[in-house]
Amino acid sequence: MLDIFMEYYPLFLRGLGVTVFVTIISCFSGTVLGTFLALGKIYGNKFVSALVRLFISIIRGTPLLVQLFIIYYGLPAYGIRLTPIIAAVISFIINSGAYQAEYLRGSIQSISGSQLKAAQSIGMTKWQGIRHIILPQALRRVIPSWTNEFIYMIKYSSLAYVIGAKELMTEGKLIASRNYQFFNVYFIVALIYLVVIVIFVYLFNKIEKKVTIP
Amino acid sequence: MPTKHLLRIENLHHSFENEEVLKGISFSLDKGETKVIVGPSGTGKSTVLNNIIRLVPPTRGKIYLEDTEITSAKNINEIRQQIGFVFQDFGLFNHLTAKGNVMIGLTKVKKMDKNEAEELALFELDRVGLKDYANSYPSQLSGGQKQRVGIARALAMQPKLILFDEPTSALDPELTGEVLKVMRNLAEEGMTMLVVTHEMGFARSVADELIFMEGGNIVEQGDPEKLFTDPDHKRTKEFLFQLTNLYGEGEK
Repeated sequence: MLDIFMEYYPLFLRGLGVTVFVTIISCFSGTVLGTFLALGKIYGNKFVSALVRLFISIIRGTPLLVQLFIIYYGLPAYGIRLTPIIAAVISFIINSGAYQAEYLRGSIQSISGSQLKAAQSIGMTKWQGIRHIILPQALRRVIPSWTNEFIYMIKYSSLAYVIGAKELMTEGKLIASRNYQFFNVYFIVALIYLVVIVIFVYLFNKIEKKVTIP
Repeated sequence: MPTKHLLRIENLHHSFENEEVLKGISFSLDKGETKVIVGPSGTGKSTVLNNIIRLVPPTRGKIYLEDTEITSAKNINEIRQQIGFVFQDFGLFNHLTAKGNVMIGLTKVKKMDKNEAEELALFELDRVGLKDYANSYPSQLSGGQKQRVGIARALAMQPKLILFDEPTSALDPELTGEVLKVMRNLAEEGMTMLVVTHEMGFARSVADELIFMEGGNIVEQGDPEKLFTDPDHKRTKEFLFQLTNLYGEGEK
């Protein structure tokens, strides 16, 4: 097995690079999108809040694979042609954003309403209060769910292989179809996912501890 | 209307749903004065304070800060900067240190330079006796210390007056003294204060005027000594007698 890895490691690592890149971009952008969705749902007017609700239920209520296909295979019909990686990243951001919006909503609502009242009492606008008082606390509280989301995303990013984005799973499949060592190659792929996830979890736990409010 | 009053409240009404909790409150506050509002729970005392800075907008009536009518003013955020508010549950920002709590209004609202804000924050913390706790987080402070940070935060904004909403009600009895002492000092330094409290000792010895509210109305207001010893209304006498029995005369 080691010999296979040694022979093909540039391909494995290239695939891993794409996987990690796609995951990081999707997860962080998903957080930004999710934050706006959550704020829209909680603080927005009736219209905004209903729109967000609709968006979230559509995204959470349909398979990621279908969303990916619509964006990659469906959009060209309207003249939008995307490379596999871009299509994957966009659908992952949308998908992750919808899920993260719900994590964030819970986290924001767990911050006492009196915090916003106190912020307004010293002359902050509602938006300043949300930005400087509510979000810094809510984002800290969401880190455990966020870590979970990141782990999911590393693994779900393997779905991108069906549209030919050259991430880790795709590279594994190419290698296996070359040397027919399916068991060994996919075992290596699995091991790489595992190691990377363990490393990221360790990292995020460190960060979580570091930013914890005493 | 020419007026020397710092704060003037005229015929203030407030309704929650169908229940009218304030039924026409009028009083005024001059610069440097301390007025204390007492009364049974659910009488609308806190609502008066919340109406003033419009955390809860009043249903009807007018409130003037100096010559500005503030009940309908558009720049409510600017007005709130001029009126400090001290909460019963402290309302400290949990993710910020004591110093951070005092600074954030200065840097984000008043757009003060960071070093300048820090200097002022440390000065105000020193004023409430908490210079050594500048880097502590709210969870690391006692209730009395938290409330003093709350007062320092209000002071730092250099408000024209400070509203205190039952500032010692959430505190263990042995911690109320340190907060009351800070408030007493502020009153002596000439800060204008409107205080809702059950602390009879404080009311009697610090207040320039005592306002007794019940059922959404002001029953009686005047010199605290008179209200304690020879009130015009029987209810005033009953209530103050009851509270004094319950909470003691407190420190004078």
